[in-house]
Amino acid sequence: MTSYDVTRRELLAGTAVAGVALAGVNLMPEFTSLAAAQDAAPAAAPLDIVLRVNGTEQRLTLDPRTTLLDALREHLHLTGSKKGCGLGQCGACTVLMDGKRVKSCLSLAALAEGREITTIEGLAQSEELHPLQAAFIERDAFQCGYCTPGQIMAGVACIAEGHAGSPQEIRQWMSGNLCRCGAYDHIVAAIQDAAAVSSSVGGG
Amino acid sequence: MTTAIIGKPLSRVDGRQKVTGQATYAAEFDQPNQAYAAVVRSTVAAGRIASIETAESEQAPGIIAVLTHHNAPKLAYAPHKGFTDPVVGERLHVLQDDRVNHQGQPVALVVADTLEQAGHAATLVRVTYAPETGTTDVTRVEPVLPTQQKTDQGSTQPPETRRGDHEKALAGAEVNVDETYVIPRENHNPIEMHATIAAWEGDHLTLWDKSQWVHGVADEIGAVFGIPAENIHVVSPFVGGAFGSALRTWPHVTLAALGARAAGRPVKLMLSRREMYYGVGYRPHTVQRVALGASRDGRLTAILHDGYEETSNYEEFSEALLSASQFLHSCPNVFTRHRIAPMNVHTPTYMRAPGEASGVFALEAAMDELAVALNIDPVELRLRNEPEQDEFKNLPFSSRSTRECYRLAAGRFGWDRRSPEPRSMRDGRLLIGWGMATATYPMNFAPASAMARLLPDGTAEVASAASDMGPGTWTSMTQVAAEALGLPIEQVKFSLGDSRLPKTPPHGGSMTMASVGSAVQAACRKAREDALARGGANDLAAAMRRIGQAVEATADSAPGDASKRFSMHSFGAVFTEVAVDPDLGETRVRRIVGAYGAGRIVNPKTARSQCVGGMIGGIGMALMEHSIVDARNGRVPNANFAEYAVPVHADAPPVMDVIFAEEHDPHVNPLGVKGLGEIAMVGVAPAITNAIFHATGKRIRELPVTPDKLL
Amino acid sequence: MHPFILERPRDLEAALALRAQAGRNDAPVEYIAGGTDMVQLLQEYARRPERLVSLAGLLDNRIEVGPQGLRLGGGATMAEVAAHPGVIEQFPVISEALLESASPQVRNQATMGGNLLQRTRCPYFRDVGYEACNKRAPGSGCAAIGGENRWHAVLGTSDNCIAAHPSDLAVALVALDAEVEIRGVGGQRTVPLADLHRLPGDTPHFETILEPGEVITAITVPANPAARRSHYLKVRDRASFEFAVVSAAGAIEMDGSRIRQARVALGGVGTKPWRVPQVEAALAGASLDSTALQQAAALAAEGAQGRGHNDFKIELMQRAIVRAVETAARA
Repeated sequence: MTSYDVTRRELLAGTAVAGVALAGVNLMPEFTSLAAAQDAAPAAAPLDIVLRVNGTEQRLTLDPRTTLLDALREHLHLTGSKKGCGLGQCGACTVLMDGKRVKSCLSLAALAEGREITTIEGLAQSEELHPLQAAFIERDAFQCGYCTPGQIMAGVACIAEGHAGSPQEIRQWMSGNLCRCGAYDHIVAAIQDAAAVSSSVGGG
Repeated sequence: MTTAIIGKPLSRVDGRQKVTGQATYAAEFDQPNQAYAAVVRSTVAAGRIASIETAESEQAPGIIAVLTHHNAPKLAYAPHKGFTDPVVGERLHVLQDDRVNHQGQPVALVVADTLEQAGHAATLVRVTYAPETGTTDVTRVEPVLPTQQKTDQGSTQPPETRRGDHEKALAGAEVNVDETYVIPRENHNPIEMHATIAAWEGDHLTLWDKSQWVHGVADEIGAVFGIPAENIHVVSPFVGGAFGSALRTWPHVTLAALGARAAGRPVKLMLSRREMYYGVGYRPHTVQRVALGASRDGRLTAILHDGYEETSNYEEFSEALLSASQFLHSCPNVFTRHRIAPMNVHTPTYMRAPGEASGVFALEAAMDELAVALNIDPVELRLRNEPEQDEFKNLPFSSRSTRECYRLAAGRFGWDRRSPEPRSMRDGRLLIGWGMATATYPMNFAPASAMARLLPDGTAEVASAASDMGPGTWTSMTQVAAEALGLPIEQVKFSLGDSRLPKTPPHGGSMTMASVGSAVQAACRKAREDALARGGANDLAAAMRRIGQAVEATADSAPGDASKRFSMHSFGAVFTEVAVDPDLGETRVRRIVGAYGAGRIVNPKTARSQCVGGMIGGIGMALMEHSIVDARNGRVPNANFAEYAVPVHADAPPVMDVIFAEEHDPHVNPLGVKGLGEIAMVGVAPAITNAIFHATGKRIRELPVTPDKLL
Repeated sequence: MHPFILERPRDLEAALALRAQAGRNDAPVEYIAGGTDMVQLLQEYARRPERLVSLAGLLDNRIEVGPQGLRLGGGATMAEVAAHPGVIEQFPVISEALLESASPQVRNQATMGGNLLQRTRCPYFRDVGYEACNKRAPGSGCAAIGGENRWHAVLGTSDNCIAAHPSDLAVALVALDAEVEIRGVGGQRTVPLADLHRLPGDTPHFETILEPGEVITAITVPANPAARRSHYLKVRDRASFEFAVVSAAGAIEMDGSRIRQARVALGGVGTKPWRVPQVEAALAGASLDSTALQQAAALAAEGAQGRGHNDFKIELMQRAIVRAVETAARA
């Protein structure tokens, strides 16, 4: 059996961030000029914020650096919104903000206060799936399922925006959501199906 | 009694979980009191760590532990080679010494209370290096013969193979093609980034991990930490794509476990997209020379296929780069030589259709060049060289539907309307090109186990440690089980992705259906027979009511001696139409038609998804994917999703057609399946570049075909 | 991300005052509006402010089209501007450039001002694993020169920096003589967009002429008959959701079968949005035949310098100009 004589530094565990001077240092010595300006930086205090998610107000105390995506996943345990890059380059984190699709990884949580946020968990009405969710199953519009919540949220918005008029239009307006399994053909079919449902009930 | 369930286009049994956000992936198994880890990675490719200062990092808010080679525990790293590990070499050890072998190698681990704190504190670790001159320029490294070469079925063969006299045949050929093809490094880039949550209880460890092989993780981490694999519980029910990146157990899993041990708390470690380019493998850069000799009437007289690929300087990675050239087309004189280019990079690994995706690109591009040189239709050329048997193994094929695939796909595509002359087809200012290629991938079958448990209420629980990274294992196994049990599919619950379940081989190489499916079928048949016997009834429901308690059976599946009697492969044909803007160099794929002889199709719905997915992967390979390796230092400047382009919705061809040739192959395995996930990607890239030649008259032999190459 | 204090000032004056305390680019105090570029830079440690001042809700987001031309509030989103009927009708090149940019999600988040001020996609700037980047760490060198430089500029480069400017919108706007309204603690000023961005020269870390604390409050585009016949052409490796390999904005006013006036600018090739007045002059009075267009477009190559991997851009940008002008003329 291996020994684990690791230096534990638990003294800081659980303490707040206040009062600790931060030295901005990086791997690269070239950063020292920048770091010098940061020596006297005050620590960032946690923020008390209220997020409105799927119709419910959520009170959170968050590091200001927390993105909306990380607030959802790591703090509210709403893990339906996925992280595929954290840089706005894959679309897996797509949620609706005041009804418009956005990339939640590019939004700081504290700046999403006062906005109405809808995630994949808030899409279905209890047991009844949203027509696009049902169409995704019917059309086999996914494989691994990881990009799926983002595709569905983007697809819901795509239909609502009126950008689901043709397969070609859907492909253009869904190109912010990568699917590495390559389910694009089936996703487009599912969005067409759901768009037809929504127009037949006068919605959209 | 139910009718056939295998073969039905059923929707996925896990579909509802996936569309509602309830499917739970590795990083989503949050544990009480969980801490977060971040990795500090080297910024040189070769050398030693001269100094590493952690004081500032340790003083950062929320920091629990900072581990480096100075204070990390010395790990056992007991000898262990899993099925997916390179045969020769030793895996990278983390935080054990000051040696740096590749860019992005872990040099420290930071554990903190929050994600934000861990990430930041990692930047506060100061590392200086005593750099050494590493090997990072793939164009300058001298390839060498490897110790061994893996075959397409996982065993090994000498790096050189030959039959006949290729040199003489090439010299005497009436028509020759001799060209070199280059495929750059590509990354799997599943949308889910690799992640591990590690939690210790005494010397027992639970790992919620992104894995294509939970038992592989348990075995490897057991060997690394010197504890029995039985002490390690690996949970991985949903895998957000992997394409091979989660076949091996990479160093970050060890780091997560180390961090959790140091913190005394469960630890979550999720790699960033940038880190995904420095530690979970990639499809290696390959350089392949293909020389073909043929008679004027289009019969191959010689094939030389000489390829090398990059690997690390601590492990000899090899894949079946050249296998297809040994048997795909009939030819009396064939020589293959496989070499490796060891560099200061981390070890490459299997990526979707490993070996064949790259090797068949070169072979099928060269075949197209030969067709042009001979002025013979590309399909006709292949028909003229259709072998009667596997000429490399001297065995008959268990089934081979190439002729049928050409016929089906060409018919659907409308190939007979093709005007053979390059630049002869247009749509306005766009040049239109039609191209085709043959595809093949071996039927792989490895030992697997499964358990079936019939319950008194007439339902069944069936389980195997298999994985489902997307092809639909949950669904297809439920179908196999339901049919074998004679139950409706709703009454069967299948479980996978847990190391406490019966063992399976890795979820790769298109072998899950053959291996796990055969075990599931056997276990279910056994459970049914036991129940009927014990219950003394012909009706299962009645028997179970009478027994009044669960009836459980386990079964193993293992390949017999079929591979001694048959050469077993899937075959296919891929036809594409491209449109090239001759002024701007942009290529868009308009149509793909693929026909596949892949044995029995368990679920045509999910099978089609796999095939169109492979086609999209092939479009990426042909037109855009390229992990650029900085020759100066081995870094990957485009290590993200913005500058590493993968296909988006708008790149999907408006027409994607998948046809399955009817095949009944009684030899391959009890289910008669041959696998689909890999072959779906094979042949796509050469079919596209062949179409680009037909459109433009330009033969591009180095992927990807970006606009600059067509100006 | 480096730790920062998040300031959410109540009005623009307060925001300006907070930011004005600090220096120019890469200062310890930075603005965040839509956040679509800033959050990427923070996540990658390419920017490490101590204070982040939010402009959310503080900027004018109106879009006005009138006889004088177009006025876009600095806080208007890319999606709002792209979909505005007046923009689509009278300034199609602006709408097209926006719709060819980023993704629908990002276009819902990103603002006009932020779009113009987004930082280069130069991978060496964004990967702090590279020590050398004169933009990120002045004086440290340029990793792109001598490295993989397919992404990089061929116009306006210096021996210190060859990073390409990334905005599509800016290319369309600079072709149309847009101006930016800038506000700081000292008051308001208006400058031509063509003067907003600086050439890298010896100080590639200073990317714009903005003084500490200044924000872009609006963009104005004068009315021009050429704007109606305009087109944005973007060449890239994949069909959507990618920065330009090369792009061209063309706006044409015809006089019978001849070009009366042309406005042409290039993207993906310049260290700033690159207007080509010499091409415009050659096009004025020319007919639309391809030889005339090619001869005019060839003038864009004046002073262009490739660095190896990006040599092809010099040819490709000329072809892009021809195509953009042809397409605009047919509109």
